[in-house]
Parts: sequence; structure tokens; C-alpha cells
Amino acid sequence: MLQPEPKREVLARRDAIVAGLREILPESGVIAETLRMKPYETDGLPAYRQMPLAVVLPETTEQVAAVLQFLHREGVRVIPRGAGTSLSGGALPLADAVVVGMMRMNRILEIDYADRCATVQAGVTNIGITNAVQGDGFFYAPDPSSQLACMIGGNVGMNSGGAHCLRYGVTANNLLGLRVVTIEGEIIDIGGHHLDAAGYDWLGLLTGSEGQLVVVTEVIVRILRGPEGARAMLAAFNSNEIAGQCVDSIISSGIIPVALEFMDRPAIHACEAFAHAGYPLDAEALLIIEVEGSVAEQDYLLGRIKQICGKFDPISLKVAESAEQSAAIWKGRKGAFGAVGRISPDYLCMDGTIPTGQLPLVLRRIGEMSDACGLKVANIFHAGDGNLHPLIMFDANDPASFATAEKFGADILRLCVEVGGCLTGEHGVGVEKRDLMPVQFSPDDLAQQRRIKDAFDPGWLLNPSKVFPLAAPHTQALAA
Amino acid sequence: MSEAAGFAGEAGVIAAVRAAYASGTPVEVCGNGSKSGMLRPVQAGARIDTQALTGITLYSPQELVIGAGAGTPMAEIAAAVADKGQQITSEPPDFSALFGTTAPQTLGGVVATNLSGPRRVAWGATRDHVMGVRAVNGRGELVRSGGRVLKNVTGLDICKLLSGSHGTLAVLTEIVLKVLPRPERRGTVVFAGLDPVRGVAALSAALGSPYAVCGAAYLPAEAAASLGFKHSVALARIEDFAVSVDYRTAKLRDELAEFGAAEVLDDAASVAAWAAIRDAAPLHGHEGAIWRISVRPSAGPGVAQALSAAFGARWFMDWGGGLLWIAGPATQQAHAAVMAAANQAGGTWLLFRAPDSLRAAVPVIPEEPAALARITASVKAAFDPKGILNPGRMYAGI
Ligand SMILES: Cc1cc2nc3c(=O)[nH]c(=O)nc-3n(C[C@H](O)[C@H](O)[C@H](O)COP(=O)(O)OP(=O)(O)OC[C@H]3O[C@@H](n4cnc5c(N)ncnc54)[C@H](O)[C@@H]3O)c2cc1C
Ligand SMILES: Cc1cc2nc3c(=O)[nH]c(=O)nc-3n(C[C@H](O)[C@H](O)[C@H](O)COP(=O)(O)OP(=O)(O)OC[C@H]3O[C@@H](n4cnc5c(N)ncnc54)[C@H](O)[C@@H]3O)c2cc1C
Repeated sequence: MLQPEPKREVLARRDAIVAGLREILPESGVIAETLRMKPYETDGLPAYRQMPLAVVLPETTEQVAAVLQFLHREGVRVIPRGAGTSLSGGALPLADAVVVGMMRMNRILEIDYADRCATVQAGVTNIGITNAVQGDGFFYAPDPSSQLACMIGGNVGMNSGGAHCLRYGVTANNLLGLRVVTIEGEIIDIGGHHLDAAGYDWLGLLTGSEGQLVVVTEVIVRILRGPEGARAMLAAFNSNEIAGQCVDSIISSGIIPVALEFMDRPAIHACEAFAHAGYPLDAEALLIIEVEGSVAEQDYLLGRIKQICGKFDPISLKVAESAEQSAAIWKGRKGAFGAVGRISPDYLCMDGTIPTGQLPLVLRRIGEMSDACGLKVANIFHAGDGNLHPLIMFDANDPASFATAEKFGADILRLCVEVGGCLTGEHGVGVEKRDLMPVQFSPDDLAQQRRIKDAFDPGWLLNPSKVFPLAAPHTQALAA
Repeated sequence: MSEAAGFAGEAGVIAAVRAAYASGTPVEVCGNGSKSGMLRPVQAGARIDTQALTGITLYSPQELVIGAGAGTPMAEIAAAVADKGQQITSEPPDFSALFGTTAPQTLGGVVATNLSGPRRVAWGATRDHVMGVRAVNGRGELVRSGGRVLKNVTGLDICKLLSGSHGTLAVLTEIVLKVLPRPERRGTVVFAGLDPVRGVAALSAALGSPYAVCGAAYLPAEAAASLGFKHSVALARIEDFAVSVDYRTAKLRDELAEFGAAEVLDDAASVAAWAAIRDAAPLHGHEGAIWRISVRPSAGPGVAQALSAAFGARWFMDWGGGLLWIAGPATQQAHAAVMAAANQAGGTWLLFRAPDSLRAAVPVIPEEPAALARITASVKAAFDPKGILNPGRMYAGI
């Protein structure tokens, strides 16, 4: 993968830059030894690795501001980093860049049940927010599968989703405010404890901006009261087409389940071997459907859904009778990545979105591509919102295999765009998809996005080489 | 939203903006007619309207998306989705009575102002449901963002940035919205006779219950009277399948018994009450200025009290206490009191309706801190380098 040339004058001044950082931060907050920087050389896309110039671990917004002010003055590139679980290489360092890691900013500052919000530092984990409020029956809604590790600042960076976003929305729909630091080191509060700030929608623009515009240090999230209960059911079908029609039928009936997950045959087999969740191995497609409410409400909704599924000649229909049975149904799906990891130690997790009606066609084409290139793929799909996750299995010890996997992934994403969808539904563009951006966007579309980047970060110091294709007329992206 | 799509009218918008760009002529961007009464008065030499950009371009009920030209009347879109048992989630208000106009509002106007109704408190603002846009920036270039799928994080989110930008960054030509099924039934639990602080406490308890309350308003006695209630009322709405609405309204009434005996409004009465709240009916007929203030819900009663004391404000609260509708005299003094009360509560405010003279003389939305104001100016320039689109509508000089 092509990366911008490191700035030689920055590399040459490394010692002075590290010394300058040590004047701003306590001793333990600046890491410059190769061995100790090792954990920061990659993220959730470990095929790419690069040691940074240095790593800093600030503890306060003011320290972040002082660090950015200093690095901006010195012309040094900056990589904001949460937990480093990005699957698109969003937190991948550059040789001449300083990684600003948020893990020490891990305090919950305020919880307000009356106004249903919480103020947390950017390094608090996603699950940490829910853990703090669930004793009182509340939760933070977006629930990426990585929620034990990933941080709210990273979730804001990627506008992350989860299995329940059909009902509860993604990160952007669950935020009230941000405290951010600009590349010049200025601290700005966006939004607050209220809804819909006047002025431009900075909250909306900054969410999902992948570290391109600002560094986020605090987040005000909405917290919600949990439902009385939730229960899942499982429905297995003879073909992807039929399962897709069943999903359409459920939505058209006016039911929006809180979760509606689809697995194809390879995914079913991988998950069943791993989790022994009782998935039918003769099925071509499986749906996991979850509803919420009191037990009587669950019964009512599951009854209606069962009736709809019944019209599509299901191989099996299993409604959980208890929370334990629900958990068993989810166990396979939640362990899907681990399950595929057991079959193939190396896999690429792709993330496109398609109009849901295109699912059968897209899965057929993916199957053909898989046959043609000789790499296996398992498909997991958030069926309600069209977000498709093909897991492409390859062998990392064989460079040819990795190259084939990358090309296969890119072809799938091109297909997603071709059928009316997009390159990424929740994992972000990062380095992984940046060179595919022209598939989805025209030169004018991309130029407009670049001009917004220019407005926040004229020197292109914030997380460069991500999101925007390198081979672009705008040379800032390459080297300033 | 394919690149090839686009209306005949879109080429016209591009040509008009290019001409304005070439000559440096400021243009006023309009949906359906001139809302010269909106935000700051714009000094423009020409006008671009979206009347040629009409019609539904895409509707896939099972995929929960509808797309249409920006000039399409909102009523046409609402009718199309109602026909398939769906609705526009953010419940956009109809302010024609408040402003005494009859021109039907357009999709582009609703998105450009990010106006949302009572359901906002539970289901998000209009901007949360904008899945894709096509727009013409101030250079006359077509810019697309998002698309027709529900989950999309590809590139910077220009859909949200343009929502609520009041036509100052680009002219929207086509918009794709997410829609949801229209619930089978609506029901409303009404607590009567509570003072504002207790009323908001009741609404907080309702919104903090497991029953998915999706509307929460407090009307003091005078406002409540305009909806036919005898006392002040705190209203909590539930929308769902019929069995759920019956069950949940009963549970809510019982669990919130500490706030007094509650009445439950049926479907028809709920529809009427929430349409009135959505359209700010309690303030219809008021002659002076109108403000919208957004604060953390628990701060709502204090703001209302301060403004009642300052100028005898007429008011009511939506969004669980977080949205205050305020009516008062169209004077700089009253405006200063609104700004002070909202700022003190850490919230935001908007001068919603006032004579030109007042709107030209005062900030109509809060000034931004210097660092953010610089970004606002740079982002405006990034879309509209010559400052020709609705100049001055939001801030002087922007
Ligand atoms: C097993 C697994 C399962 C996953 N499941 C899901 C899923 O279900 N849904 C989903 O959406 N994603 C999922 N992901 C992807 C990933 O977890 C998310 O993108 C997550 O939000 C990243 O958070 P992080 O803290 O790890 O951020 P990082 O990976 O460290 O950073 C992500 C991006 O945000 C930027 N960033 C981080 N912190 C800040 C900050 N404070 N200010 C500004 N920019 C910042 C970084 O520069 C980078 O561009 C999964 C990943 C894994 C490994
Ligand atoms: C602060 C405020 C003041 C208001 N004042 C009035 C009023 O005085 N009279 C009234 O009847 N309603 C008013 N409204 C209500 C509201 O404007 C309309 O109900 C709604 O915006 C739709 O009207 P319209 O489609 O005719 O758009 P317009 O009223 O023509 O436009 C509304 C705003 O959106 C912009 N806009 C419209 N279409 C586009 C587009 N395609 N692309 C980009 N920008 C666009 C316009 O420039 C304008 O700033 C106000 C709303 C707000 C938030």
C-alpha cells in the first residue's frame, strides 16, 4: 500500500520533538522506545503496520490542546487513536506522526438520569458507559461487537453502529455534545446537554470524520431506559432469496424488530461449529430476529413474525422461551468473527451497504467471485439496514493470498456501489477503502469533502493518508 | 441516487448558480415562496427557487426510504408514505398558521431548516433521517453525499452539514429520507394540574420508563386551554401496536401515580393534541415575537419562569421540557431576556418570528465562540467562496 513520504525534516528532529512533548506531559505520558511503541503500530487491520515517531497519552483536554499546539507549530502529523480496533486501518500510524492515544482519558464525568445523558471522556469504552448506568436500568444504545474494547472517541470517529441500530440508530443519532481540540490546539464545545444546537450541524459533521477534522476529548451521550425485556427467534430458509423476501415481508407488515440479522450457509456452519448454538446445518440462510417489551408484547410480536416466516417455507423456526434460550440463539452470531477465525486464522472483514432488495443478487455474485478466486467467504448481514459483512478467509503467510483477498474485497465493495449502496456502512474508509472512494464519488463530490478538511486542517496534519485517495489532484494529501 | 438521475430542473439550478457565481450576485434560495420573515433578512439581487425540482424519484417501502426533488411539497411525500402505512419519522411541523401563509412547505425547506416535531425527543431530528442529498454548491458544482441506504459512513457527512444550513452552503436538489411504519395506534397519558417543575419531573419519569414514550410536552393552563384542557397538563405519548399502546399507557399511568390520577387520550384525541403541539397552536394568534429555546429538560421550567417574570411570556414546553416555545413583545429588551435565560441554562435559542426591524438588529441565533466562528467562515467559503448563497441569513457576514 502506498503511503505518503515521511517528512524528512521531522524525522531528523525526532529527539527535539520528543523532548518538547516531555515538557508538556508527565514522563509516563510520552512513549518513544521502539519496544513500548509496538502495540501502537497497527489496529484491527493488522495486515498494515507502521511504527510512529512517538506516542503520547494525555490525561486532560488541556494536555491534548498543548500537544496539538506544539505539533502544529512543529509541522508534525497527528494520529488520534482510541482502542485501535478499527477494521479499516483508521488508526494506522505514519513514520513521521505522533499517535495521540486516549486510553488515559477514561473517566465518566457526569450521569444525569433526569435529563437522560452522560458526559464521558473519549477514552471510556463503549461498554463502560452501559456498565455505569445499567444498574439503574439505562443503557447506551449503539453496541458494536467490539464494545468491550472500543472507546467512545473511536465510535465518534467512525460513527459506529451495532446489531440494534435499526431501532436505536448509530453513534451520530445518540450524541448531544462534544468537546474537541482543533489542530491549532483550540478547545471548542459543540452542542451540549440540549437537542439541536443552532448554527451548522458540527456534531453531525464531526461524527464519522475519522480523525480528519479534530481530536475529540469529551462526549455527551444520550442514555436510554432499557426495555422490559427482549427475546430472539431463529428462522432458517432454503435460499437467500426466500430469506430476503421474508425480511421484506416483516418490514412491510409494520414491524421493526430491534435486531434482524442474516447469515449465509458458510457463516451458519462456522458459527455452529464454534458456538453449538443449535443452528440448522441444512439451511442456506438464517435469520435472527429480536423483539422487545413485556413478555406478552414479545409473544404478540414473535407470534406475528412467526406467522410471516411460516409463509416462506422455513426449514426451522425456533422462538426462544427464555432469556437463556435467547442468549443461545445470539451466541453463534456474536461469536461469528471468532468462529471464522477458527476456520481461517486470517480473514478480512468487509463492510458495504446495499439496498436490502439486492441481497440475493449480491450474494450470488459474491459466490461467483469466491469460486473464481479460490478464497472462501462467509456473509453476515444486518438485514434491516442493508449492512453486509463478508468475511474473506485467506492465508497471511502467503502474500499472493492476501493480495487476492484484498482484490476480492474491493470487487465486493464495487458491487455494493454498483447496486445502489456504498463502500462502508460502519467501519469507515480508513486506509483500506480510501483508493476506492472515486468508485462512489465524483471528482466534485470528493473535492467538496477535501475543502471541508482544508477548512479544519489546512496543513493536512490530522490523520493524513486516510479517507481521501492519495493519487489526487489535491497534493496536500500526499505530502505537505 | 445515481449520478445519472437528476431532474431537468437540476441543470437549471446549476446554470443559475454558475451565473450568480460568475457575476458575484447574491441569491436568495427559496422553497415555496419567500419566507422573508425568517432568520436574518437576506439582501439578494436574484432568487433561485426549487419549484422545478418536484416529484418523488424513489420509494421503496420495504427498504424504508423515499427520495424526492427538493421542491416537492411535504404534503405529497406524507401522502405517498401514508398510502403504504408509513410516516415521516421526525414529524415535521406545519407552521403556516403561525406565519399566516398558505404556500405548502417543501421537502428542501424542511431539511434546510432541520425542523422536527414532538417525536424528535425519541426518534431524532429531521437531519437524523436524511440518508442522501444532491446539492449545488456556491460554485455551481453538483455535490452528492450519502445515498439511498440506511447505513453509510463513507466520507464526510455532508447530508447532516447541509441539514439546518438554511440554504447558506448549497441548494439542495434531491433528498432521500428514511421513513418508518406508521404505528397502529397512538395513546397519551395526561397528568393535570402539575406546576412546571412537577410537570417536567413527570415527563422525565415517563421518558425514563421502559415504555418507549415518543412525545412529552407540558402546557401551562393558558396553553392547555387552547387544546381544550381545564388545567395545566403534562402529556406523554406512546405509539405502537394497539395491544402495546393499551398495555403501556396503563402501566405508565399506574407507575407514575405519584403525579396524580391520569387520564388516557385515545387515538383520535392523541392525533389532534400532538398535531397542535407540533404546530405550536397554543401560540397561534399571538401578535409579537416568537422564540424557540432548547435546554436540558430539567432547566426548562426555570427558563419559563424567568421569561414570564421578565415580560409576561406566553409559553409551553415540548421534548420533555427541553424545547420551550416563547411568545412575547417584539422588542430588543425581550430578546435580551431570552438570550440571557437560555445562555444561563447552558442552552441555545432561535428568534423564530419577528418583524424585519428586530431581526436585522439582533443576532437571531447565538454567536459562536471565536474559534468556531472561524471554522464556520472557512466551511462557508469551502462551499460558497464568493458568499452568494443566502448571505447573512444565519450570521452577519456569513
Ligand atoms: C472484533 C471487532 C468487531 C467489530 N464490530 C463492529 C461493529 O459491530 N460495528 C462497528 O461499527 N464497528 C465494529 N468494529 C470496528 C471498530 O471497533 C469501530 O470502528 C470502533 O468505533 C473503533 O473504536 P476504537 O476506540 O478502537 O478507535 P480506533 O480504532 O483507535 O480509531 C478509529 C478511528 O477514529 C479515530 N479516533 C479515535 N479516537 C479519536 C478521538 N478521540 N478523536 C478523534 N478521532 C479519533 C482514529 O483516528 C481512527 O480514524 C469492530 C472491530 C472489531 C475488531
Ligand atoms: C427560524 C425560522 C423562521 C421561519 N420563518 C418562517 C416565516 O417567516 N414564514 C413561514 O411561512 N415559515 C417560516 N418558517 C417555517 C419554515 O420555513 C417552513 O415551514 C419550511 O422551511 C418550508 O418552507 P418552504 O419549503 O417554502 O421553504 P422556504 O421558506 O422557502 O425556505 C426555508 C429556508 O430553507 C432554505 N431552503 C429552502 N429550500 C431549499 C433548498 N432546496 N436548498 C437549500 N435551502 C433551501 C431557504 O433559503 C430558507 O432559508 C420558519 C422556520 C424557521 C426555522
